[in-house]
Amino acid sequence: MFVKIEPRPEPSRVMKYCSPLIAAFLMLISGLIIFTILGKDPVQAFFAFFIQPVHDLYGIGELFIKAAPLMLIGTGLAIGFRANIWNIGAEGQMALGAIFGGYIAILFHGSNSHFILPLMILCGAIGGILWAAIPAFLRTIFNANEILVSLMLNYVALLLLEFLVHGPLRDPGGYGFPQSVLFADSAMLPILIEGTRLHLGVLISIIGVTVGWVFLEKSFTGYQLQVAGLAQRAATYAGFNYKKLIWTGMLAGGLTAGIAGVLEIAGPIGQLLPSVSPGYGYAAIIVAFVGRLHPGGIFLSSLLMALLYLGGESGQMNLDLPSAVTGIFQGLLLFYLLAADFLIYYRVRPGTAQQVDG
Amino acid sequence: MDFDIFIKILIAAVAAGTPFVYAALGELITEKSGVLNLGVEGMMLVGAITGFIAMSKTGSLLLAVASGMTAGALMAAIFAVLTLTLMANQVASGLALTIFGIGLSAFLGLNYTSIALPGIAELHIPLLGDIPVLGKLFFSYDILVYGSLMLFILVSWFLYKTRAGLILRGIGEAPKSAHALGYNVIRIRYLAVLFGGAMAGLGGVYLSVAYTPVWVEGMVAGRGWVSLALVVFATWRPIRVLFGAYLFGAITIAQFHVQGLGIDIPSQLLSMLPYLATILVLVIISRDLTAIRLNSPASLGITYHPDNL
Repeated sequence: MFVKIEPRPEPSRVMKYCSPLIAAFLMLISGLIIFTILGKDPVQAFFAFFIQPVHDLYGIGELFIKAAPLMLIGTGLAIGFRANIWNIGAEGQMALGAIFGGYIAILFHGSNSHFILPLMILCGAIGGILWAAIPAFLRTIFNANEILVSLMLNYVALLLLEFLVHGPLRDPGGYGFPQSVLFADSAMLPILIEGTRLHLGVLISIIGVTVGWVFLEKSFTGYQLQVAGLAQRAATYAGFNYKKLIWTGMLAGGLTAGIAGVLEIAGPIGQLLPSVSPGYGYAAIIVAFVGRLHPGGIFLSSLLMALLYLGGESGQMNLDLPSAVTGIFQGLLLFYLLAADFLIYYRVRPGTAQQVDG
Repeated sequence: MDFDIFIKILIAAVAAGTPFVYAALGELITEKSGVLNLGVEGMMLVGAITGFIAMSKTGSLLLAVASGMTAGALMAAIFAVLTLTLMANQVASGLALTIFGIGLSAFLGLNYTSIALPGIAELHIPLLGDIPVLGKLFFSYDILVYGSLMLFILVSWFLYKTRAGLILRGIGEAPKSAHALGYNVIRIRYLAVLFGGAMAGLGGVYLSVAYTPVWVEGMVAGRGWVSLALVVFATWRPIRVLFGAYLFGAITIAQFHVQGLGIDIPSQLLSMLPYLATILVLVIISRDLTAIRLNSPASLGITYHPDNL
């Protein structure tokens, strides 16, 4: 080995912003390799996966529709992640948001009131918050690990949603299919741009990311979260209330996931189904990390992750690529990011290798 | 309740608990070295599909087990490189491993979704197996169930009766001191992580080849996460892992028996049971902060590298 790895005197700011780009680049290279292994022409497959889905206005609209829940939830999760509070339950909190919001839509099915949509969003937010409050409560009172509790609640929430659309919330005129009634127009988010499916929820999500940015960068609580994440002892000595931070971190994720759940059913879906998310709650974890736990970065990384979802669909339609490739890309992206982050703290130089392992 | 039915439920609980035994004992070793690998779910899934493919191609249980364990260990190797060599955050890396494993297993299993395997036969042990009641209770399982018991004995012996086990525990408690004594902390942690991966893979193989011998996307269904909770529940002790695994096996199958008894509860609500039970158990155990602090490896989840002071 003729390279030397040595710690940097200070973490590199440049690498901090470069490493997501390196990760994205390595993921694309891996994509070409995977396409080749699958026996596809890599250039053609690359085009079908990454270019074709967004080559027109409609496609760009679809990109933002998919990115909206990812950026919104990603921002909410980042608030907790900054303080090492791990809410892995966004998928379930999203389902609860959909259940609460969907219930309002079904309850007021005949009404044309303008208050239905705001009420749906409010109730969805409450649903997500309540579901996130369970792990927060069990963590702060009983010290139960929030990762495992929030994760377990994902399975419970999805089963609850499934139960509801098979039973109490099923469309009575729906020939027994496990789905609710199609929502009335008053419960649907209006389309923003003609010729696309781009709906108001995308705008709401972008506003949510902006609010998250102000909260994280400008509020005292945002600062406390940052300190608690970097040096928990310092935060304790400074008298920060860590329990309060746990509640803030967990509920921020629940709030955003709950709203995202409503926006999905009142936007692209239009009714309650046994499943309202293709894993957005998990993908948002990757979005948060790749976006460096910063709302601006999260906005960008949500677009990249949305492209992976779209590419998976497009590749399946055009080239018979299995859509499961999307999950592999998502995982690889996070692996590469975590690996590339090594370069924030270390640098590689030509020279003779030192004995590093002891 | 009929005594025969009771025995049948016990037997079913042991079978249902076996994937937990493998995965949780593997994770126990990993965590004892001070490393928290949250990727158990992903490693089990990849192990499950790899074992399933090997079984359906060759019909050899040995090959299925070997390939499932190798696949699990390879998955764990990714985690090890990230967290041990590149010093990445263990929580984030473990989550990435699970997300990757879900995608990879779905991808590998695309052409195997409609195949059913014959399953593996129960061992018939002459004489012992013919004893009424007890013979059935103790000697009517397939070889992988006995394998998991062997693993339990091996892990208990290794941790508490061997020098290597003592070193492993020492590294989990105080990596700096172990390093100062001349032990290669990183290398030993690598081995512990790889072992955990291989066992998670084997737990997956048991699911897809023996327990329900079909491949269904995401068929591990949270068992990897439950295994992680089991290690906490067991306060990092092998015997309690074994007990907890069978308890959760019993809870997993309880839903079928409740329905069998004619109690009318929607199946989705019954399916929530194992997950709710996991939360309940976590709460009960974690409430006692002192017990957790005394029993959990002191360096668990904290990145260590000899270069860092």
